Amino acid sequence: MHNLDAFPPRNTRTHEVCGAGAYVFAFALAVRLAGPTIWVREHWEPQLINPTGFAGFVSPAELAICNTEKQTETLAVAEEALRSGAVSLVVMQVNKPIELTEGRRLQLAARDGKSTGLAIISEGMGSNAAETRWRCTPGFDPKDSTLQQWELIKNKSGTLGVWHVRWDTASRRFFVVSPTGK
Amino acid sequence: MSDGTRRRVVSLWFPRLASDRILRRHLIDGPFVLTLKQKNANRIYCLNADASRQGLHAGMSYADARAFCPKLQSRMAEPEQDKRFLHILRRWAMRYCPWVGLEGDDGLVLDITGSAHLYGSEHAMLSDMRVRLMRAGLSVQIGCADTRGAAWALAHHGEGVASGDMLAALKTLPVAALRIEDSVSVALQRLGLRHIGDLAQAPRAPLSRRFGPDLLLRLDQALGQQPEAITPQTEPPHYAVRMTLPEPIGLLADVMAGTERLLVQLCKKLKAQDVGARTLCMTLRRVDQGDQQAELRLARALRDPQRILPLFERGLAEVEAGFGIDQLRLEATQVESVPVQQISHVSDGGKDKLDDLISRLGTRIGLENIQRFLPADSHIPERSFIVAPAAYSDPAGGWVNTQPRPICLFPPEPIAAMGARPPARFRWRRMSLTTGRATGPERIIPEWWLEDDNWRSGLRDYWRIETMQGRRLWLFYTPQNPGWFVQGEFA
Repeated sequence: MHNLDAFPPRNTRTHEVCGAGAYVFAFALAVRLAGPTIWVREHWEPQLINPTGFAGFVSPAELAICNTEKQTETLAVAEEALRSGAVSLVVMQVNKPIELTEGRRLQLAARDGKSTGLAIISEGMGSNAAETRWRCTPGFDPKDSTLQQWELIKNKSGTLGVWHVRWDTASRRFFVVSPTGK
Repeated sequence: MSDGTRRRVVSLWFPRLASDRILRRHLIDGPFVLTLKQKNANRIYCLNADASRQGLHAGMSYADARAFCPKLQSRMAEPEQDKRFLHILRRWAMRYCPWVGLEGDDGLVLDITGSAHLYGSEHAMLSDMRVRLMRAGLSVQIGCADTRGAAWALAHHGEGVASGDMLAALKTLPVAALRIEDSVSVALQRLGLRHIGDLAQAPRAPLSRRFGPDLLLRLDQALGQQPEAITPQTEPPHYAVRMTLPEPIGLLADVMAGTERLLVQLCKKLKAQDVGARTLCMTLRRVDQGDQQAELRLARALRDPQRILPLFERGLAEVEAGFGIDQLRLEATQVESVPVQQISHVSDGGKDKLDDLISRLGTRIGLENIQRFLPADSHIPERSFIVAPAAYSDPAGGWVNTQPRPICLFPPEPIAAMGARPPARFRWRRMSLTTGRATGPERIIPEWWLEDDNWRSGLRDYWRIETMQGRRLWLFYTPQNPGWFVQGEFA
């Protein structure tokens, strides 16, 4: 059981995450960066994060939600929040691919505000401007129910990799474990 | 007493204030009344002179009035608006003297001691009042005397001006002119004391034994033997500043510079009253008389110009300057009390920066769309938290769960399965899933005291299903209307 070196991904950049465990990754990042978080989503999305559920990861008092009309607004809000430097993490739920210009603007905003951005995307909708891209999938383990498989599928400044991680409630962080035998 | 120091009081009585207020706006000929629902019946609240001539009077039932006078026109009375109108008149009356108070619901009292000479003479001042009020369409009765009580009596019972001997001026007026209750004035008339003169000559001791001290107090106040104060109303603080420019401006930088000057003035006003602005409204008047407004709603009450100014930039950038802007007006439309706080070396953890960010995002997507979670006291998963606007709530702790809860919730999605035990395999969102481990059931019963359509299907048995494919889902079974649903996903 040891720490994951590639996590948290580089600060002052915008990253992407996809897969069924994307929300868990976002909460893990929020608890690691320790600071106010803004979660930007479009108002019509039926799926809503549940504070009684994620209170084990990050305190709901630290998290604010922004409901936007459309993706352009989502990106504008995210850019403004990143640039302000008032929050340590901006999570944006996007439904359409982020264009290269938009992705680059997010990177510049994150650099100016010294904060981290994280876009939750669908599979295969990544933007070239993203610093890293992760795919997170929960896994079944007969003994434990927090097992996740985190794959680093894009990295602009480093190597890729696959890790099996497990949530430790006491220390409130994910630890790398060896993969379960097939 | 010399003439220069004698107190002079003017009482203005507007006998038809409510109906005059309406008739100022709308041209209505013929009898007109305002009605108000009193004791479950529509009664006449106020009426114009034509209606009075037809024999109608205030307090009469509206149905009777219509029977008397079929051509009667009417409207609903708005006593609140009338009160506001009287306050406007009070402000107007400050042109004559600084000491103006309200007299009941339909009158004003002015202490004009030492200010009458500004209009030449007292007579000139009173006729100026009468002319201006008549031009404004208000019927008025004016009384002027040395005491407040005498001025009131003269205004309400045959106008007039009295000075010197009050008793001589009031002698012939009925006792009702003393501002006493109707029952007292009726009782006095039964005793044969019909006029103030009669009352003043009557022995005092039996009167005060029979009617209490109030009657004689009123008499003494009217005759000037007892003092009576006039309470001037204080002006409510006014949080608006404006700037008129000799030459029109159009550049954003210029408008921002003007805004900064206005903000500095406004914040000084706010600081003097220990309040902060929550909503600011900037009105920009263009040379073609078109008004443009930029509203700024803040996430918390502020009175620091340096912090408010950058938040205005976005709203002002959207304003169309046209041929130029020649007047700026800044008003704090909503203020909140901001008490003075001790300067401390402990930082507030960037809360200021976060509030500024919320204000700025609020100008883009609306302040209500930035929300935070607050705990709520319910076992129903959807109601175990409240989503409240972040600008109008404080973060709260106290998140307790005895049972693990999913990290995201969605409206229940039905799956095909039978029986009270969780299915071994099922299909959800086009995925074929196999149950690896099932934890439960956890029974949650609907809250009968709250009507909720989603919980019509009765109580629910919640199961936490860990599938062999990895997804960890929150399923529930409704025993009263058999069916299986997926409602959330665990970490």
